[in-house]
Amino acid sequence: MAVTVKRNPGDIIFFSLTAVASCTIIVFIVGIVFVLLTESSLAIQKFGVIQFLTSTEWDPVKETFGALTSIYGTIVTTALSLLIAIPVALGIAIFITEVAPNFLRAPIGIAIELLAAIPSIIYGMWGLFTLSPLMGNTVEPFLKKATASIPLVSVLFQGTPMGIDVLTASVILSIMIIPFTASIARDAFNLTPAVVKESAYALGTTKWEVVKNIVIPYSKLGVFGGILFSLGRALGETMAVAFVLGNNHRIFTSLFDSAATITVTLANEFTEADKDIYLSSLFYLALVLFVMSFVFLAIAKFFLLRAERRYSR
Amino acid sequence: MAETAEITVNTLNFYYSGTIHALKNISLPVYKHSVTALIGPSGCGKTTLLRCFNRMHDLYPNNRYEGEILLGKENILDNATDLITLRSRIGMVFQKPTPFPMSIFDNIAYGLKLKGITNRAVQSGRVEKALHDAHLWAEVKDKLKSSAYELSGGQQQRLVIARALAVDPEILLFDEPTSALDPLSTAKIEELIELLRKQITIIIVTHNMQQAARISDWTGFLMLGELIEFDRTDKIFTTPSQKLTEDYVTGRFG
Repeated sequence: MAVTVKRNPGDIIFFSLTAVASCTIIVFIVGIVFVLLTESSLAIQKFGVIQFLTSTEWDPVKETFGALTSIYGTIVTTALSLLIAIPVALGIAIFITEVAPNFLRAPIGIAIELLAAIPSIIYGMWGLFTLSPLMGNTVEPFLKKATASIPLVSVLFQGTPMGIDVLTASVILSIMIIPFTASIARDAFNLTPAVVKESAYALGTTKWEVVKNIVIPYSKLGVFGGILFSLGRALGETMAVAFVLGNNHRIFTSLFDSAATITVTLANEFTEADKDIYLSSLFYLALVLFVMSFVFLAIAKFFLLRAERRYSR
Repeated sequence: MAETAEITVNTLNFYYSGTIHALKNISLPVYKHSVTALIGPSGCGKTTLLRCFNRMHDLYPNNRYEGEILLGKENILDNATDLITLRSRIGMVFQKPTPFPMSIFDNIAYGLKLKGITNRAVQSGRVEKALHDAHLWAEVKDKLKSSAYELSGGQQQRLVIARALAVDPEILLFDEPTSALDPLSTAKIEELIELLRKQITIIIVTHNMQQAARISDWTGFLMLGELIEFDRTDKIFTTPSQKLTEDYVTGRFG
């Protein structure tokens, strides 16, 4: 049976305004993809997909461009920064949800949010002027010495420690994503129902056992989603690493090597791109990053949704 | 018959957050191998009292106890009490089923592992016994490896009871264990309590007066943080000595 609902004109206006506002998002996404595709079409035609993704040659003079060095740099710095950030972030989250006395929880929580709010260029400047000399003069020579006799590991710490390298960039990135990971992990930990924790305590468990056996298994999907969000952020971060990475297109083996990431390549080279194919290749690189971030974010979203559904019962 | 008190509460006062006076001068005995019910209107302090027995209040800051709760000769409110040991002697079952995020087997073996029982064969035996004792074995024996979340609410509650039983507690605290369950599951839990009292001492908080009358030997009636009356359950429900108790058990308020 068809029912016609008489609608209030105010509702119609309200509906239209909010609907238009929401549609702009879709327009933006479509617009961005469209520009990335059209601008990179020249490079896509010339290098194809497989060749572009697997070639390590990035030579503006010879006009041959391959994305692998930038992709490699992006993945290595991101992975390394997550490796540093995750344990610290989980430690913070466990401390403020389970261990810290109440009067400490709020200040640490606020400090984390402040850290997350600092613009990345400030991290970049701090990295260049403070962290980079510290790494180059103290930390890296120490690591080099300490690992010199360990086969395989020493490969990672070869060359002259300059402080402008993959390791420094990864450390800065990790400092940037720690607050994100920590605050998402905190929220996920807080989803563990108090009564489940209480019943574990009622069985005679210690705090650590509750965290390890109850809180972490209960929130692992949420934490995993949070880690993927941070990964997405690390992938796309430009300014924090641009100063300390050295923009050097090559497949490196030592963490003391300078390197390039997709974002840093884009930031550094757009102004120099004098040829059409050069510019088009940069757009192609941007498209690759867009797809990478999109995929990681989609995975993160999927896990967070699953976590919510599972525990909202 | 002569009863031996397993727990003796002496002029217990309890304050939430240092200021809210939630329990006032409570004194009562808890007799060995009997079921003691705590009844009273919402907010009367019955759950607060229950949670004193395993020092649950210590999980949150600024809660304060005064007076003593004697378990044998030892005052469990003493600062020197080892809470881990205390809680393994006094188990607790909550209002909502609280399975842990692990398999049915591991849920029960968890307490055993905490006690240092890591031998797989010993574990299996104890898990099976606990599940038998909780009348759950027949329903879960073929799916011990599946997640505890796959069980129904009533089964989960019996799983939680099995988990508490597995570590051989002397006393089991029940905090409205059937208020989230359907009548059939409730009946099963009540039968279970009936059987368990032969081996252990039970204290149960309940909103359901019929339940208190059905399953308990002793009943304490609390109101506004005070213990109005404590006596044999049949006396409380037939010839209470306090007017307030009579009004409450006859349903005139509450």
